[in-house]
Amino acid sequence: MEYVIEMLNIRKVFGNFVANDNITLQLKKGEIHALLGENGAGKSTLMNVLFGLYQPDGGEIRVKGKTVKIANPNVANDLGIGMVHQHFMLVDTFTVTENIILGSEPTKRGQIDMKRAEQEVRELSERYGLAVDPTAKIADISVGMQQRVEILKTLYRGADILIFDEPTAVLTPQEIQELIQIMKTLVKEGKSIILITHKLKEIMEVCDRVTVIRRGKGIGTLNVSETNPNELAAMMVGREVHFKTEKKPPKVGKPVLEIKDLVVKDSRGVTVVDHLNLTVHSGEIVGIAGVDGNGQSELIEAITGLIKSESGSIKLNGKEIRNLTPRQITEAGVGHIPQDRHKHGLVLDFPIAENMVLQTYYKEPYSKNGILNFKKIYEKARQLIQEFDVRTPDEYTKARALSGGNQQKAIIGREVDRDPDLLIAAQPTRGLDVGAIEFIHKRLIEQRDKGKAVLLVSFELDEIMNVSDRIAVIYEGKIVAIVDPKETTEQELGLLMAGSKRKEAGVSS
Amino acid sequence: MNSNRLTNIMIPIFAVLLGILAGAIVMIVSGYDPIAGYSALLYGAFGDRYYIGETIRQVTPYILAGLAVAFAFRTGLFNIGVEGQLIVGWLAAVWVGVSFELPKFIHLPLAILAAAIAGALWAFIPGILKARFKVHEVIVTIMMNYIALHVSNAIIRSVLSDQGFKSEKIHASASLRSEFLQSITDYSTLHYGIIISLIGAVVMWFLLEKTTKGYELRAVGFNQHASHYAGMNVNRNIVLAMVISGAFAGVAGAMEGLGTFENISVKAGFTGVGFDGIAVALLGGNNAFGIIFAAILFGALKVGALEMPSSADVPTELVDIVIALIIFFVASSYLIRLVLNRFKKEGK
Repeated sequence: MEYVIEMLNIRKVFGNFVANDNITLQLKKGEIHALLGENGAGKSTLMNVLFGLYQPDGGEIRVKGKTVKIANPNVANDLGIGMVHQHFMLVDTFTVTENIILGSEPTKRGQIDMKRAEQEVRELSERYGLAVDPTAKIADISVGMQQRVEILKTLYRGADILIFDEPTAVLTPQEIQELIQIMKTLVKEGKSIILITHKLKEIMEVCDRVTVIRRGKGIGTLNVSETNPNELAAMMVGREVHFKTEKKPPKVGKPVLEIKDLVVKDSRGVTVVDHLNLTVHSGEIVGIAGVDGNGQSELIEAITGLIKSESGSIKLNGKEIRNLTPRQITEAGVGHIPQDRHKHGLVLDFPIAENMVLQTYYKEPYSKNGILNFKKIYEKARQLIQEFDVRTPDEYTKARALSGGNQQKAIIGREVDRDPDLLIAAQPTRGLDVGAIEFIHKRLIEQRDKGKAVLLVSFELDEIMNVSDRIAVIYEGKIVAIVDPKETTEQELGLLMAGSKRKEAGVSS
Repeated sequence: MNSNRLTNIMIPIFAVLLGILAGAIVMIVSGYDPIAGYSALLYGAFGDRYYIGETIRQVTPYILAGLAVAFAFRTGLFNIGVEGQLIVGWLAAVWVGVSFELPKFIHLPLAILAAAIAGALWAFIPGILKARFKVHEVIVTIMMNYIALHVSNAIIRSVLSDQGFKSEKIHASASLRSEFLQSITDYSTLHYGIIISLIGAVVMWFLLEKTTKGYELRAVGFNQHASHYAGMNVNRNIVLAMVISGAFAGVAGAMEGLGTFENISVKAGFTGVGFDGIAVALLGGNNAFGIIFAAILFGALKVGALEMPSSADVPTELVDIVIALIIFFVASSYLIRLVLNRFKKEGK
């Protein structure tokens, strides 16, 4: 069997940090090969070496049997290696065709031959079943379509080895299925694919072989047909991972959060939360299930005071907190793990330590007479870093330098440490690997066992089913059903989320 | 980490050297001797006690103007209005200086305070417009510069003089001038303002890095959303940042009004100190102590340049070009950072 790409004993060192330690990856022609590893395991470094963005400090790269030196991405392009980046590199105001030809425009008498370009793009799109309209503007098409444009870009440049960098992170379940189909077509047409991911489900579904790396070291390459998710997860994390989170039965207490007839309008004046009722008791986790855009974000922002609500009532421990300032609500006992950790959760250019006191910096002991007490702040940061296993060189490191999982752990540490009566977790595990997900789920359940109320919002049904004690289904700004996770199925939830009202949720608890 | 810090110091030094080189080329091309030109510049800045005194005097307002720009910048705001805030500060200081007769320990602080308040008020307007109506502060501050210039001219003509071109001299009790400083610098115009500027730098550093309010201001500067989430009042912090920035600029004006000139005269155009403050802040990396060094460079260039026409025969116009080139390279430090990084990569 021919290997189209062989990366043999690749080593890459940054300062004292060994990012890739003798990793070997061999890609066969016509296969889909998964590169599996936790956040920060060295997947991206390895692929950047292959794509010519980094130079390896050791090892060799062979393309179709020949040893090559990939000095920059142009060399990679010439060798037929194309990369579909996680964050799309597209010009929003350009059309699909304009984006695809950018940098290698076909010309006719000094002018861009747009007709020919469009024709070529259309042919490529049809051949691989991508169904992209070459004349559509990027700004007008869906995220899934934009990703296909990225795929077309690499194909247009003649790539026959495609690297997909976590392609499903931004897609809806339906788009993921379509992408899997596309990848299968590509392979059938003779392309070879490297899929960077930490989602085991996708590997089992689409890949032929998988190479696992952990903390910069190659752990091994397996045939997917001869392995299972448990084995892969153990190889990736280095220990047994429990997919089903263990938990005791809840000890439900008094109501902590009571929402009655809440109405929230968005900036355009459209009602996005529509007379919503919901109660969360102490000692329970209530999961909100729903398709993105049914009012989840606005509901949370209204509870936490980030946006104003129109009418209704939000009570915390019996006290009205609706339309108070975020600070008043925080002080009343609400912790919030925000959906967008970069936008709301952290000041990325602040050191970890200063991020750890983001809501408490003005209180003693961190501040006295208007002067910050850095000794206490650093002490607190060290304590939280240790307690919540935030992997960082030290507490002075900027939050920006941490991996997503560690940033999230830092936020959770900060919010949990304030000991709030109500903890709101919005998409707390988005983009994280199984090890970090397990850790975060445990922490949420720990809070609930301590008698706190937890409100969890997630688009991952697995997560909702696993962690929640009760599931509230939100649809068009209303809670349309409250179900017991032990007595429901993904199918039933899916139907409820799509708006088929089989259970009327007039009662709020 | 360490090599990063080194690069951060290397970049401005490298920029200045490049600027000097480019200036030399211009002088050679125009048929003048660059070595004579630069020796004249150096002599005119640090050659003897008098020149040193003059340079320090020029550095004084530059430090404060640089601090004003940097303070706003650290909180995410572009205060292009330092020039206007400086002019109203100057006016307010002189006004207090000529209108009252008080003991020095009250009069002088009062005049400086008046300048700070005037500058702060002038910056408050763009601040509140930004916070309330999202009007971009760059536009408002630029317009406020013109308003400051012409309003102060009108006040000088109609209130501070009788249709004249300058105000009376301020009372000695409000002056920063010092016979002692003048005597040790061979009767230069050096005054006590430099001490106030240095205190200003310490104040800015302390305010931003050590106080609770400074933490808030920095947080708002980096990420308004996260600051809002954390319960900070973003709008109030924006206004506060502008006000403090304007106060620094106002005090810079007081240095001119109470120290260098001891009066205020009708101006045909801007003083330029406020605009140079932008370059000073950039060169100093928006860091209080970096700004002191950047201000020394700018002060030395400004004062030393006066010597170039007389002792090296370089015409004033060419001197302006040379100075501008140095500033140009300093301002394009981004480019230099890029080149340095490229070198570093290839070195590996």
